[in-house]
Amino acid sequence: MSVTHVTQGVEHPVAVVRLEGIEKSFFGVQVLRGVNLSLRAGEVHALVGENGAGKSTLLKVLAGVHRPDSGRIVVRDEEVSFAAPRDAQAAGIAIIHQEFTLLEHRTVAENVFLGREPVRRGQVDRRALETETRRLLDWLGEDGIEPGTEVARLSVARKQVVEIVKALSADARVLAMDEPTAALADNEVELLYGLVRRLRDRGIAILYVSHRMREVFDLSSRITVLKDGALVTCAPTADLDADQVVRHMVGRPLEALYPERASRPGAVRIALRGAGNERVRNLTFDVRAGEVVGLAGLQGSGRSAIARAIWGVEPFTTGTVELDGVPTRVTGPRTAVRKGIGYVTEDRKGEGLALRQSVRDNTLLVRRAACRGAVARQTADLTRLLGEVGVIARGPHQEVRYLSGGNQQKVVLGKWLAVRPRVLIVDEPTRGVDVGAKQALYRLLRDLADDGMAILMVSSELPELIGMSDRILVMHEGALAGELPAGADEEAVMGLATGHGAVA
Amino acid sequence: MRARPRLADGTGPVLVVLLVLLVALAFAGPAYAEPSGYLALLKRAAPLVVLAVGQYFVIASGGFDLSVGSLVTAEVVVAARLVDGDDANTWWVIASLLGCGLLVGLVNGLITTKLLVPSFIVTLGMLLVLDGAVFLWSGGAPRGALSPSFRVLGRGSADVGVLGQVPWSVVVLLVVVVAAAWFMRSGTGRMLLAVGDNENVVRLAGGRVDRLRLLAFVLSALLASVAAILLAGFAGVSAQVGEGLEFRAITAVVLGGVLLGGGRGSVVAAAAGALSLEALFSLLNLLGVSGALESAVQGVIIIAAVAYAAHGAGLRRMLRRPVPHPA
Repeated sequence: MSVTHVTQGVEHPVAVVRLEGIEKSFFGVQVLRGVNLSLRAGEVHALVGENGAGKSTLLKVLAGVHRPDSGRIVVRDEEVSFAAPRDAQAAGIAIIHQEFTLLEHRTVAENVFLGREPVRRGQVDRRALETETRRLLDWLGEDGIEPGTEVARLSVARKQVVEIVKALSADARVLAMDEPTAALADNEVELLYGLVRRLRDRGIAILYVSHRMREVFDLSSRITVLKDGALVTCAPTADLDADQVVRHMVGRPLEALYPERASRPGAVRIALRGAGNERVRNLTFDVRAGEVVGLAGLQGSGRSAIARAIWGVEPFTTGTVELDGVPTRVTGPRTAVRKGIGYVTEDRKGEGLALRQSVRDNTLLVRRAACRGAVARQTADLTRLLGEVGVIARGPHQEVRYLSGGNQQKVVLGKWLAVRPRVLIVDEPTRGVDVGAKQALYRLLRDLADDGMAILMVSSELPELIGMSDRILVMHEGALAGELPAGADEEAVMGLATGHGAVA
Repeated sequence: MRARPRLADGTGPVLVVLLVLLVALAFAGPAYAEPSGYLALLKRAAPLVVLAVGQYFVIASGGFDLSVGSLVTAEVVVAARLVDGDDANTWWVIASLLGCGLLVGLVNGLITTKLLVPSFIVTLGMLLVLDGAVFLWSGGAPRGALSPSFRVLGRGSADVGVLGQVPWSVVVLLVVVVAAAWFMRSGTGRMLLAVGDNENVVRLAGGRVDRLRLLAFVLSALLASVAAILLAGFAGVSAQVGEGLEFRAITAVVLGGVLLGGGRGSVVAAAAGALSLEALFSLLNLLGVSGALESAVQGVIIIAAVAYAAHGAGLRRMLRRPVPHPA
């Protein structure tokens, strides 16, 4: 059992909803461990935690999607049990998801009262429909939206308003908002702030799920931090600062997350000389044995395009690639694999794993696919491979879809280790992986580099890129914008990535 | 964690179904009081089991093979004409039937993988082409006859020491099932399932997805040829001998818990599915249910089996009920 020090604030008498001692596990993996959460009328309560900390599961318990294995849900001092989302709605709890549930080609009013339209003489009473919608919009202070407008013509921010009005029209007293700013443009965020504050002032209890510290501190009056499915702390926002919250989320000082860097890179493993194709141009760089080279850049800057080109999915059309000093033409994944290049793709479920197959079959996949004869049939080292990457599974025959993100990613790495590539490209290696597994993956990548592998790491998480890389290459609009040494700061990387010139 | 003998996923339920049917048969008919009754059942089921094993390869890798029924018909009709009752022709005709199967499998597989036509359409087209060709060639009434040596495989028996007389078709059935199970444990077999699960992953791992798919179609057509040889001997020559066999084979595979769309299921379960289907028909026959109901029964089974697969996880959870949470 992990240690949880709960600094519960003084319990306010008007908690609209209380979750007490919620436990939930899936396929034998405990996702929530005795979590308490109370929501009061007229407060914005922030729920934060790393990916995989259990935020979304807790939200689904609150919404009646999942039934807790144990624990109580108390609505206005009355214990309830939700068999379906309908029951949670009836109790006045509404979830505003990142994806909207609106019918694009119907009007605002029709969407708000979908399935609950006021009826007069057997027909939908359109006038009542629009009047009632307008009343709700006015109440919220959103008079810029017309009830008769087709939803498809509204901006994302306004669709969000409609979604909220829809919940309010069903008498919601509790709104849980899951990463509400994820889909919004920067100038729309301020509008959302205003809306959240007005909802709060009108006595709605708001659970605000986000990992953006700025929003959490701008809006909330209390913060609950989850880590590994357990409650770490719940305290008034005024008593916390952002550093403390991050420390609670991560549970350890961040520096320890990244292993020591290598001191002595070896010979050049892979060298690009003026390489380019439709998406990237004129690339010249080396990656040496023992090095982890970070590849930074904004989305669409060509980071992943380099990876895919080296690997022959969309090959380079100009320039040359040398592997261990030998000019090499890679025409497809099969040649890439046989030349000793491995590629951990960004899309783990779509491109990395056959989810219904076992840990064993996935680990042996590359070897079986690309090798021949006795090598392809070799299985004796399976246990050693799985041990090396540290996969935690019920056994080699468990289907990988039942593993956590971190363990799935370890299987992907194991699959490549089975053929011992000379160059390993990893694209967003820790996406959707919890902190513990992240640390293990970093350690593993560093160990592989120390063993003489050349590692090219693509990542959009700057702390990870900076923490892991011996050098950082920064891409901007399909070309190399510059190279930074180990430990460069985030501003320097972003400066190059956004085209604001090189650092001084 | 308790250790248990490892059956491939989904093999359990079909083995239970099979066992129940076999026990029911013993109660329903005096013929099943002795092993010979069951041996006769195996002999009868052999062509379907062989077809189901072939169909399994295609379904597991994410496709369908609808052409096997008319391939069986075509080969039986062609065999009768070419053998023409002469023992001297037996062996080269058998060899050329297997050659034809290989060819049909290659055509199915190449069109599916190179021209990117869905296998459902390719093999449906092949079904119609073969049907038409047979009709054109035979004029509706097959001519010629099979030689006695040709028919031995389908109806004769081998002397197997202590076991006494074992029908050749049962020997063929066992060889096919054992070889298929062995193949599915090999690297290539595992890759075939992985292709059905997520072909991107296999391609990006450096695997040759097209070749694996092609292999599945070739195996299916080759096994259909074996089934044709067995069926010709067992049932004789007619232009209807293979009718509906493709759906029967698909039903058998689905009954074996193999996921349509690929990626999951065991070949032994598919074979057990075929045997269950045959046992069920024998049972219905013994109970005096009209043979006309067979296709209706088959229809219900295929829908029920796929529905069970789709909701299987939920159903199993409902049946199993709360396991007290782990200490």
